[in-house]
Amino acid sequence: MLKAVKGAVVMLRECVAMSLDNIRGNKMRSFLTILGILIGVTAVIALITTVSGVSGSLSSSFSSLGAGTLTVSVTGSDLKAGLNTDDLKELTELDVIEGLTPTVSLSSRVSHGGSYESRVSISGKNSYYFRINDVVTRGRKLNVIDEDNMSFVCLINDDMMETFFYGIDPIDQSLYIDGIPFTIVGLFSDEGTESIASLFSGSPDILIPYTTALKMNSESLVTSFTVYLADGVDSGDASDAMEPVLDAMFSYEEDCYSIITMSSVEETMEQMLSMMAALLGGIASIALVVGGIGIMNMMLTSVTERTVEIGLKKALGAIPWQIQAQFLIESFLLSIIGGMAGVALGLLLSIILTNMMGTTFVVSVGAIALGVGFSAAVGIIFGWAPARKASKLNPIDALRSM
Amino acid sequence: MSEAAFFRMEGINKFYQMGDEPMHILKDVNLTVERGEYLSVLGPSGSGKTTLMNIIGCLDTPTSGSYTLDGQIIEEMSEVELARIRSREIGFVFQNSQLLPRLTALRNVEMPLIYAGVSPRERRRRAEQMLERVGLEDRMHHLPSQLSGGQQQRVAIARALVGNPSILLADEPTGALDQKTGKQVMALFQELNEEGRTIIMITHDMNIAAYARRVVHIIDGELTEGGGTADA
Repeated sequence: MLKAVKGAVVMLRECVAMSLDNIRGNKMRSFLTILGILIGVTAVIALITTVSGVSGSLSSSFSSLGAGTLTVSVTGSDLKAGLNTDDLKELTELDVIEGLTPTVSLSSRVSHGGSYESRVSISGKNSYYFRINDVVTRGRKLNVIDEDNMSFVCLINDDMMETFFYGIDPIDQSLYIDGIPFTIVGLFSDEGTESIASLFSGSPDILIPYTTALKMNSESLVTSFTVYLADGVDSGDASDAMEPVLDAMFSYEEDCYSIITMSSVEETMEQMLSMMAALLGGIASIALVVGGIGIMNMMLTSVTERTVEIGLKKALGAIPWQIQAQFLIESFLLSIIGGMAGVALGLLLSIILTNMMGTTFVVSVGAIALGVGFSAAVGIIFGWAPARKASKLNPIDALRSM
Repeated sequence: MSEAAFFRMEGINKFYQMGDEPMHILKDVNLTVERGEYLSVLGPSGSGKTTLMNIIGCLDTPTSGSYTLDGQIIEEMSEVELARIRSREIGFVFQNSQLLPRLTALRNVEMPLIYAGVSPRERRRRAEQMLERVGLEDRMHHLPSQLSGGQQQRVAIARALVGNPSILLADEPTGALDQKTGKQVMALFQELNEEGRTIIMITHDMNIAAYARRVVHIIDGELTEGGGTADA
């Protein structure tokens, strides 16, 4: 038994040597044959690696965007359209929440002196927003007193300053929003403080106290706010903690609000990207199948050409499976060589592509395994029939053609 | 006929289906060969001698009749068992040596041992020994294309003998050689026979057949003793 196993090992090693001899002996033809597999694997590797590079840099920019925050968007019920100031206070008292900043968005006509601009984006913020976001470039922040008094004070960004106060110091000047005079107390720039909400609504040009914005909006309810999580709190845990409170506020009616966490946005994003990768990979694997057919064709030709050799080997005592093994190993080696070359070329290509797109290059082990595995499988599957044909050759017929 | 005959064929018939008509290629062939004999089967082309060689060489099985080789009943064997018999018992020498062109003489001679599962070192040792035996110790690493016809045929003989078979089965071994080289090959056969090898040679050439110690004729699928020691 041991001797038989040893014999088989010796045999297989010889098969590999003979196959390599044959591949070397037909360099041009072998190269053309593996070209199909090579192109297929290159395409699969390049696509998957590039897509995962893109998704990697997308999700890293996403998580820097929304680290430690989540956004609640309220649609409300018939009885209650949004949250009032007391509701917000109640939420703030939750352990998981460090603080929250309501966003009340207005689009108003703004004027100063003789000039005006319509549909300017105005955002109502609370004092907490200014405490954690370092947005004020000149002047002062909005504070709790502004909030409680519903003061008519505002901060403007550089765009507004250039439109209305070119060459003038805007601080303490008046700006009319929907005809109401606001005192400018500072300048702000919200670069680098984009929240998830700003992804959907764009960034505002003017900031005012949110209470003032609610009054101007002729309703006193907040429909969107950003929650800042306490240190070390996971966004999933936070939404679990907030849900019962919010449910109670809306008298347990369904679909009154939605909590948008970074991870949920990221998940959707990743799903889309992996679907894309699968689709592209699927298209690329067509090339692999075509490559497999190329290998099959070459192996069939090879069997026909080597009829005499097969007959001779049978006469010398080769058992059918030994002949089959030799041809199977040959097609396996052919396609695995193509597969490995394809992996190398694919990685090279994706380094170039990711560099061009400015995304990070991540070696996807899965993609490499897929490329190598797929080409090995192609070699075996498409080599099977020719190898079988060779092993079934009648030695007499084979030798007769000599 | 002794019971312990080394090689015995009894009532061998072979039919081939050619179109509608089955062709009767071998007709009730009886043949007994003792160990150490040198036999030639002489017959014109189309006489059925190649078919007979295929059956002797276990490449083919008879339609009817029984064939016993070294105590083994050949006609009952499967394809794999036949391959094993070929590996152990038969050493083939073909008309045009049939060496694999990309392998050196040494590797060609090693070939049967690969299929017999012999380890590389042992394989090499035996192949070298056998090439020395046929006088090619200085041509071991040459490719077939670098050897003369006679040298190629001697490599083929070394390959046939390397597995130490019970029968050396040669099919027109001098067919592709000039007279002088042919004679050298025949001299080698005689030497091998004197060393105790059993040789069966198939040929259409009376002059070549004459080298054997016993000649049988095959005509139209019928075998007749043609001199030498008569069969029982």
